[in-house]
Amino acid sequence: MIDRPPAGNVAISVRNVTKRFGERGGSQEVLALDNISLDINRGEFVCLLGPSGCGKSTLLNIIGGLFPASEGEVLIGDKAVRGPLPREMAFVFQESTLYPWYTVIENFRIAQKFQRIPRSEWNDRAMEALKSVGMASFSKHYPNELSVGMRQRVNLARSICMQTPIIMMDEPFAALDEQTRMVLGEDLSALLAATGKTIVFVTHSLAEAVFLSDRIFVMTARPGRIKEIVRVEEPHPRSPDFMLEPRFSELRNDLYAMLREEIRRAMASLRDPQSGEAA
Amino acid sequence: MRAILLNRGIQALFVLLVIAGWMWATEVRGVSRLFLPPLDSVAASFQRLVSSGAFYEALKVTLSTVAQAYAIAVVSGILIGYLVSRSRFSTAVFEPVISGIFAIPLTLFFPLFILFLGVGVSSKIAYAALYSFFPVCLNTIAGLQSVEPRYIQAARSMGASSLEVFRHVQLPAAFPVLVNGLRVSFLICFAAVLGGEVLMSVEGLGRNISQSAESMNTASMYAWIVFVILTAFVLNMVVTFIENRAKEY
Repeated sequence: MIDRPPAGNVAISVRNVTKRFGERGGSQEVLALDNISLDINRGEFVCLLGPSGCGKSTLLNIIGGLFPASEGEVLIGDKAVRGPLPREMAFVFQESTLYPWYTVIENFRIAQKFQRIPRSEWNDRAMEALKSVGMASFSKHYPNELSVGMRQRVNLARSICMQTPIIMMDEPFAALDEQTRMVLGEDLSALLAATGKTIVFVTHSLAEAVFLSDRIFVMTARPGRIKEIVRVEEPHPRSPDFMLEPRFSELRNDLYAMLREEIRRAMASLRDPQSGEAA
Repeated sequence: MRAILLNRGIQALFVLLVIAGWMWATEVRGVSRLFLPPLDSVAASFQRLVSSGAFYEALKVTLSTVAQAYAIAVVSGILIGYLVSRSRFSTAVFEPVISGIFAIPLTLFFPLFILFLGVGVSSKIAYAALYSFFPVCLNTIAGLQSVEPRYIQAARSMGASSLEVFRHVQLPAAFPVLVNGLRVSFLICFAAVLGGEVLMSVEGLGRNISQSAESMNTASMYAWIVFVILTAFVLNMVVTFIENRAKEY
């Protein structure tokens, strides 16, 4: 089921990861992820797509070392993940994680301090990253003085500033309006083409997944498993014209067909928590 | 501006009313001098207290007691609050215990402090430190619980150590709640030191109040009380000033 790319080119390798919440064997125990294995190549843009509650964010957090897996392991290169790897991976979350008590530039400095980057490089790296998303003139602003879209742009810039080979994104555009979301999507595709970063992106938006991804991992409703892997053959940077092509809609419809059944099951399991488990 | 003038006006009127009531009670109703001496004798006593420098030693003792007790309360309150907040389990266990103890009038245990630590300054320090520990500790816990988990998670993902998370994320995020605790705690600390001194002590402002009362020198007692009120007023202004500065920062 998993197509294995040639070794050496693999950035992230997830091996038999299972995640349970609640006491083991207890009545509250929930199986969130069930024996997931997948490989992500260097420079690849990968989406984890699935119905709400399928564990896609949990999987992202396990890959990033923010939660431990119950079973299985994650390898970054040839290192097993045991905790956060700040030199390997930067994160962008759904809601802004810029600290409201620091200005934009102070937020970038503190991120690099946490990351153990030498102090002399802080300002140059920060300004360069801010320039790359067109936010350099807002470096002295406090996050609350920016709009939601601008803030998310700055969050993206902070992850660029950390200069990690991998960026992990947990529904980063979910709180944005559609236009801002599309513009940021284009920026992200350009970033990928320019820097060759590996990006793991969690979303529940079908169009976003098709527009951005090289490969889409479609997940089942809880417990999360990989249901299908969909390839999108289109070079980065992608332009909005790609969305007008017939194969864009075809891919989108295919994804919807795969997800429909899972979404219904997820909705049913919300009404009756047991049915999701039994499936 | 007009609103401020009106506020100040009403506040001044209140003080004038108290003075007028006092004069009415002493001059018109003829209340015994033992309970309420005429204002001019209190004023004379106050002037003697200030000009003779008699206040200086007492003020020094009381302020140093307050400072020591407050420092102990703040450091231990934040430290224990932080340790308790480190896990959801320990918060669930200890937070109700701490707020439960705070609900007990700790004045009950004042005789124990005298018994163990004597009538000197140390019993007042311990008593006031214990009392003012609680608001700092409880507000530290409340403040740390109010921190958005995503802020902590983001810092951890960027490689921050526990100390860095505390210094750059948890403390600033909890700060507005914590500052309220620090303020309440200071007021309690001052009240506890004064209360302790009045109840049982050998020196300090409170001791002078109780001593004057015991020797039936009511005018002197009121003069000392006025002095304590003025001290509290000045300290409150200092605390408010520091608080506003800290909030700006």
